[in-house]
Amino acid sequence: MKIIVCVKQVPDTSGKVAVNPDGTLNRASMQTITNPDDKNAIEAALKLKDETGCRVTAVTMGPPPAEGMLRELIAMGCDDAVLISGREFGGSDTFATSQIIAAGINAIGLEKDDIVFCGRQAIDGDTAQVGPQIAEKLDIPQVSYVADIKKEGNEIVVKRMLEDGYMTVKVQTPCLLTCIKELNEPRYMSVGGVVEAYSKPMQVFDYPRLKDDPLIEADTIGLAGSPTNILTSFTPPQKGAGMMLEGADRATCEKLAGILAGKHII
Amino acid sequence: MSEFKNTVLEDFKDVWVFCEQRQGVLMPTDFELISEGRKLADELGVRLCGLLLGDKVEGLARELAGYGADEIIVCEHPLLKDYTTDAYAKVICDMVVERKPEALLVGATNIGRDLAPRCAARLHTGLCADCTHLDVDMGIYKDFLREASTLPEEKIAGMGSAIVLGKPHDVSRDLKMTRPAFGGHLMASIICPRFRPCMATVRPGVMKKAPFDQKRADSAVISKPEVKLAASDIRTQVLETVKEARKLVDLTGAEVIVSVGRGISKDIQGGIKLAEELADVLHGVVGSSRACVDAGWITADHQVGQTGKTVRPRIYIALGISGAIQHKAGMSDSECIIAVNKNENAPIFEIADYGIVGDLFKVTPLLIEEFKKAIESK
Repeated sequence: MKIIVCVKQVPDTSGKVAVNPDGTLNRASMQTITNPDDKNAIEAALKLKDETGCRVTAVTMGPPPAEGMLRELIAMGCDDAVLISGREFGGSDTFATSQIIAAGINAIGLEKDDIVFCGRQAIDGDTAQVGPQIAEKLDIPQVSYVADIKKEGNEIVVKRMLEDGYMTVKVQTPCLLTCIKELNEPRYMSVGGVVEAYSKPMQVFDYPRLKDDPLIEADTIGLAGSPTNILTSFTPPQKGAGMMLEGADRATCEKLAGILAGKHII
Repeated sequence: MSEFKNTVLEDFKDVWVFCEQRQGVLMPTDFELISEGRKLADELGVRLCGLLLGDKVEGLARELAGYGADEIIVCEHPLLKDYTTDAYAKVICDMVVERKPEALLVGATNIGRDLAPRCAARLHTGLCADCTHLDVDMGIYKDFLREASTLPEEKIAGMGSAIVLGKPHDVSRDLKMTRPAFGGHLMASIICPRFRPCMATVRPGVMKKAPFDQKRADSAVISKPEVKLAASDIRTQVLETVKEARKLVDLTGAEVIVSVGRGISKDIQGGIKLAEELADVLHGVVGSSRACVDAGWITADHQVGQTGKTVRPRIYIALGISGAIQHKAGMSDSECIIAVNKNENAPIFEIADYGIVGDLFKVTPLLIEEFKKAIESK
């Protein structure tokens, strides 16, 4: 058994977000982090590695600097990493991205008892689409919103969260699971891991390496292979500021109650 | 699937809505989507069909139709009783290949967000996630941009085409799917110009539900196509479905929401209790910012914001919430926003209708008393 974890390097949108005058994100001015849900996926894989001794490979698609993130994930305990990177892959929407990552997973080789992990969604796009789309391209079953994983022999039983409860689902391998933050608390890099991070193998899959996979065609990757296009992007206007009430005492609250009652709001 | 040519756009017509049911109960977002789908179908001049999957669910069809559907396609099979990605994706894709809808809307629930990308990948088409606004008609879309964006008028007025694969493409019949990105810092309108059906998942609670129309419910066509499904098509097995016993917070349907933020940190239980009391006075419910959920102070079903729920109550009271953009993205459409925060520079005051700079632990008890008095004296 081995585990492949798909991860993404994202701008840290929890801090200050810089927007260019043309409405696009000013990525250069922002910190990058490993997508939070993906770290839960890494932790889930490393827990299974602790139990079974299986191999864990981190995979990302992105520009060459994403190597730094992969080295950090190796320092957390991953055995090796793959960086899928190439100009031909740029401009991909979720559909095209899943074609390319699925081809990358094919190149690593997916066997009968393997598991692919993804985070539920990335904080830059919040789409939650790439995981299920990779599963479809690999023709393997998926379970998303996974909050608990039990491996019993060759069977995987997971807790799959719904808005109003959960399902317990048994799934055949190979399969793809998308992980939510309730699943676990990601571990930190270990000192030994940091020392080893640069001695463990990291492969780069570029376009020539993947081009013979049937998933990789001129009209299935990159901008030309993306079924969706951005028509326009924009920043929403600020709602006009309202009335700041003076003070914070009983008189202030009485005044507010009076205004609201007068306007039939309460 | 190879014979399915979905680049011949004129072969595709009608707007479809996937209608999700759990244990034989329709999801509230189904009615919102049927209502929204009706509007889009009228703009396109086509029919609106609901697609209902399950086991013995035909009885739900007329109610759905009453919100605006011309037809409800009921796909019944014992293997569709519990949701599984494999079974639902197969039946939906089979129906799409056979009947070729132009657009397919799916509620962005935990199930819809599992199902829609699987189908879009199989059908080789575009999918836009978590849409908060949908348009076809260019005039209506431009009016929306005038209200909801900071784009200059000359840019909005000049819109009508997009460059697709290096060539200008007329977008007048494309579904313009608008969604927040980067935690609500940016909005983007997405099109799917070259493939059909154009697919969108739609955020629950955002689209307005139309009034129920009994005549439409009675006159809609209810069709029951043959469902081809075998146990061997399904690679997962649902062992049990558990409804969480705890009381769920209906934020999206609430008229009044009193939300707490990081400001309650010095007395977490006390702060939540004050919010509950204030909510009781106004017959509302308690919401929260992401910070409180992340800190484990309150359960995730209370969370308002980009990663939580989108709400538009009549009254939204923010207690000790700074107003991070991701929170504002989920509540800025509220009719009346009241904010209490110690920090006079808190961004929440930028969108508040009424602001009080002060300690929520001192101000909230006074608000409770004064609101009570004002309501009782009416």
